[in-house]
Amino acid sequence: MEYINIFLRSAFVENMVLAYFLGMCSYLAVSKTLKTAVGLGLAVIFVLAITAPVNWLFRTYLLEEGALEWLHPSMANVDLTFLTFIAFIAVIASMVQLVEMIIERFSPSLYNSLGIFLPLITVNCSILGGSLFMVQREYDFGEAIVFGLGSGFGFFLAIIALASIREKLRYSHVPPALRGLGIAFIVTGLMGIAFMSFMGISL
Amino acid sequence: MSEVAEAPAKVREPLLSKKNRKLLSDPMDENNPITIQVLGICSALAVTTQLKPAFVLSVCVVFVCAFANLTISILRKGIPPRIRMIVQLVVIASLVILVDQFLRAFAYEISRELSVFIGLIITNCIVMGRLEAFAMANKPWPAFLDGIGNGLGYGAILIIVAALRELFGAGNLLGYPIIPQFMYDMGYMNNGVMVTPAAAMFVIGLIIWWQRSRKPELVDIS
Repeated sequence: MEYINIFLRSAFVENMVLAYFLGMCSYLAVSKTLKTAVGLGLAVIFVLAITAPVNWLFRTYLLEEGALEWLHPSMANVDLTFLTFIAFIAVIASMVQLVEMIIERFSPSLYNSLGIFLPLITVNCSILGGSLFMVQREYDFGEAIVFGLGSGFGFFLAIIALASIREKLRYSHVPPALRGLGIAFIVTGLMGIAFMSFMGISL
Repeated sequence: MSEVAEAPAKVREPLLSKKNRKLLSDPMDENNPITIQVLGICSALAVTTQLKPAFVLSVCVVFVCAFANLTISILRKGIPPRIRMIVQLVVIASLVILVDQFLRAFAYEISRELSVFIGLIITNCIVMGRLEAFAMANKPWPAFLDGIGNGLGYGAILIIVAALRELFGAGNLLGYPIIPQFMYDMGYMNNGVMVTPAAAMFVIGLIIWWQRSRKPELVDIS
């Protein structure tokens, strides 16, 4: 039951994109068509679901104060928390590199349409944000996996929602200079305000 | 080695040739990192509730962007493509740590105010975006200029957004009250929405509108 709560909370109430406004760059830039949006969304789910538990292991067995005790009793006082950022980023970068190779191998068309925003998943704030929230909220290993999946799913839903809205918007009378990116910004702001209504729900 | 031998034979380009000046000025307007390339939005939403942190962060980003571009451009032929992201991030992270330590030593108050956001320059897509798009394929000096130009273009948008949000959200600029008291007495109220991140989306959307109605060729239909 606890796991379902965490999943729903991370996907809707604490949605990375629409509640915290993290990971905006790729969210806005890749949502032009539904097809690329689905591709990026799946890549983000994959990266988040793996990096959250892996970073949990790093954090618990290497970085935290006293975490190195399993290596040798004399290292019980070693505190490596100042390395948190770099360790997390290195894990994320290697995961994204892996995803890039997989996509390049199996779907060259998706690879081309994602362009620069595929390597930029590394610096997508929602991924690092996911790992940092996980530390802050003191999840255990199982919860970290569910949280990673849930946040990834939240990003997936948000980017699909925006992509479908933008595909419909193409047939409506938006002022010419506001077409494309401009209206996407404003729609995202409105979606964010709509998502505020989830805030009262406590799971 | 062959490059070193050839260099004197070529006509040397002046340091600030027309092409290089364009690298500096383009990102300010028609190739702006935020409004055209869609890079670095997250930080633009997070730090722009007030003008001062937005200004300090812009200066830091100019520095990090310029020197990261320079370093990666020098190293670009030696980086194996399979691990290029990790190399790029290590360079960015060390520069950011340098900035963080510098601020802590010489401007402790500001560093405490900005706290996390300096660390988060590492995940600011504008730095890595320019590394991928420009520095990996260009010579060090143009790459350095491109870094400065993009940092400045980013800072310009940040400062406009922060000024609007601080003015309408809190009635201040740089912490000094701007809206006179009699306006409040007449029933004027600060706009609470301007403090939320959603308002930053609206403001950037309006900036894009203004920019593209001035230059219709920038409009992309999709």
